[in-house]
Amino acid sequence: MLKYIIKRLLFMIPLLLGITIICFAVMRLAPGSPTDLQTQMNPKASVEMKERLRALYELDKPVHVQYWSWLKKITRGDLGTSFASDHRPVADKIMERLPITISINLLSLLIIIAVAVPIGVLSAVHQDSLFDKITAVVVFIGFAVPTFWLALLLMIFFGVHLGWLPISGLRSLNYEYMSTWAQIVDLAKHLVLPVLVSAFGGLAGLSRYMRANMLEVIRQDYIMTARAKGLSERVVIYKHALRNALLPVITILGLSIPGLIGGSVIFETIFAIPGMGQLFYMSVMARDYPTVMGILLIGAILTLLGNLIADVSYAVADPRIRVS
Amino acid sequence: MNFWKTFYRNKLMVTGAGVVLLLFIVSVLAPWLAPYDPGEINLQNVLAPPSWQHLCGTDQLGRDVLSRMIWGAQISLKVGFVATGIAIIIGTILGAVAGFYGGWVDASIMRFVDIMLCFPTFFLILAVIAFLEPSIWNIMIVIGLTGWMGVTRLVRADFISLKERDFVQAARVIGASDARIIFLHILPNAFASILVAATLGIAGAILTESALSFLGIGVQPPTPSWGNILTAGKDNIDIAWWLSLYPGLAILITVVGYNLLGEGIRDALDPRLKK
Repeated sequence: MLKYIIKRLLFMIPLLLGITIICFAVMRLAPGSPTDLQTQMNPKASVEMKERLRALYELDKPVHVQYWSWLKKITRGDLGTSFASDHRPVADKIMERLPITISINLLSLLIIIAVAVPIGVLSAVHQDSLFDKITAVVVFIGFAVPTFWLALLLMIFFGVHLGWLPISGLRSLNYEYMSTWAQIVDLAKHLVLPVLVSAFGGLAGLSRYMRANMLEVIRQDYIMTARAKGLSERVVIYKHALRNALLPVITILGLSIPGLIGGSVIFETIFAIPGMGQLFYMSVMARDYPTVMGILLIGAILTLLGNLIADVSYAVADPRIRVS
Repeated sequence: MNFWKTFYRNKLMVTGAGVVLLLFIVSVLAPWLAPYDPGEINLQNVLAPPSWQHLCGTDQLGRDVLSRMIWGAQISLKVGFVATGIAIIIGTILGAVAGFYGGWVDASIMRFVDIMLCFPTFFLILAVIAFLEPSIWNIMIVIGLTGWMGVTRLVRADFISLKERDFVQAARVIGASDARIIFLHILPNAFASILVAATLGIAGAILTESALSFLGIGVQPPTPSWGNILTAGKDNIDIAWWLSLYPGLAILITVVGYNLLGEGIRDALDPRLKK
């Protein structure tokens, strides 16, 4: 097991290097780069900003020198200083917002699993039933719904029309004066819509995948054996089949991480949630390049870590993986 | 039983093709179909709810929402096709080269794909847009440049299985060049999966464009796009539901149409892929 984890960690090193190279390449698009005449005339990039970029990335030196000194900086956790008026270190700005984004994404992952797995299993077990057909249609539409539109509709219905749920931020104005219990309820109310919206995108994919998986497993010989032994249908489905069909779900969840993190820009912006996605959006709008680059890098590293966790948990759950 | 199943699937595909065709017609005929000039401001009639004069209401500047949506269809179509075209060309060439040559060429291309897949696509697009000016052309290029990885994997897999076939050996024996074998002999056989990927890719590109325009970093007003009408919907969320409802429905129907068509083509062209 340890050997497998070490192997996976070593495999990450070239990927990490590649990630930094791509980030660096994107950064070269910045105004102030000697090759980019068009953005030189970009009125939004002030002379001062260009000077700072020049100093930050040592743009007068050869490319490989620039890359190397930038790489050394980021390995020390130094992502530069924000261009925003607060002039704070980018790493600090990201770190204080990261927990919010990660918690919301974990909550939506839980919801995705809790809803999509039963739907997938039921529609596989009752293949071609009415339930299966209805979910097939819903899933198909689910694939096509723009999440930000869903967010708008939910805001109009539950926030404006019914007035049940707040539509922006994480806390009410009088949060500080509430009892602890009321604070929890308040936070939960603020989280309902954002978590639902961010979970929605993954629901369709996973339930469909779960259905296909379950259908495949049900046709395996060992399921026939279990039935032949005279086990009840419930034991066959929920003990023998479900366990095996659940295994690959770990990988799918790992693969869905970049989508979730990327989606955080959309729902955090719409619901005014002070997470990393909102910071990213604000930095893009304000052309705060060091923060944009920092978040791009952190987003890619989070994806890499997510995939690592998925691979390792798969190996824990399925001994066959470790051996091969 | 089988007949009905096939009929059912074909019916869905026909529906998808119908939606796609309708969108084409609407986009091409936009100047004649739109009841009003999409840029015509009427401050006397701002945020008017849907009525017989304005079937989908008016926006915060009194512009007719239906006309803006009809012109927006043109933008979506353009972005969808150009962005997907770029992704398909890059993906096909890289996938073909990786699958055909194998070895270190294959290994380095596929590692590059792995690295690109580490980035949340939306982050990568936003970061590049932050450095460039948001414009419809930049959006198309960026969506294309960040969307080719899936195509590469598909085409590579096809090439790996096809290059060992007898007809490829035969072409080699008669002295055909690598380029000729790749493009004239193998590529046509990978056409089915590329076409399916392209159709589904257009749907994805339209979704991405609308999200970018909604956030204000895609198609810039006053050019109408479904995404930026929805921005107005968000700004007037408590008074004008029609600004939020209709453009989103248009996106939804379009994406469902392309997805149906894509899956239909997959079933029709390649029975092996049938579930």
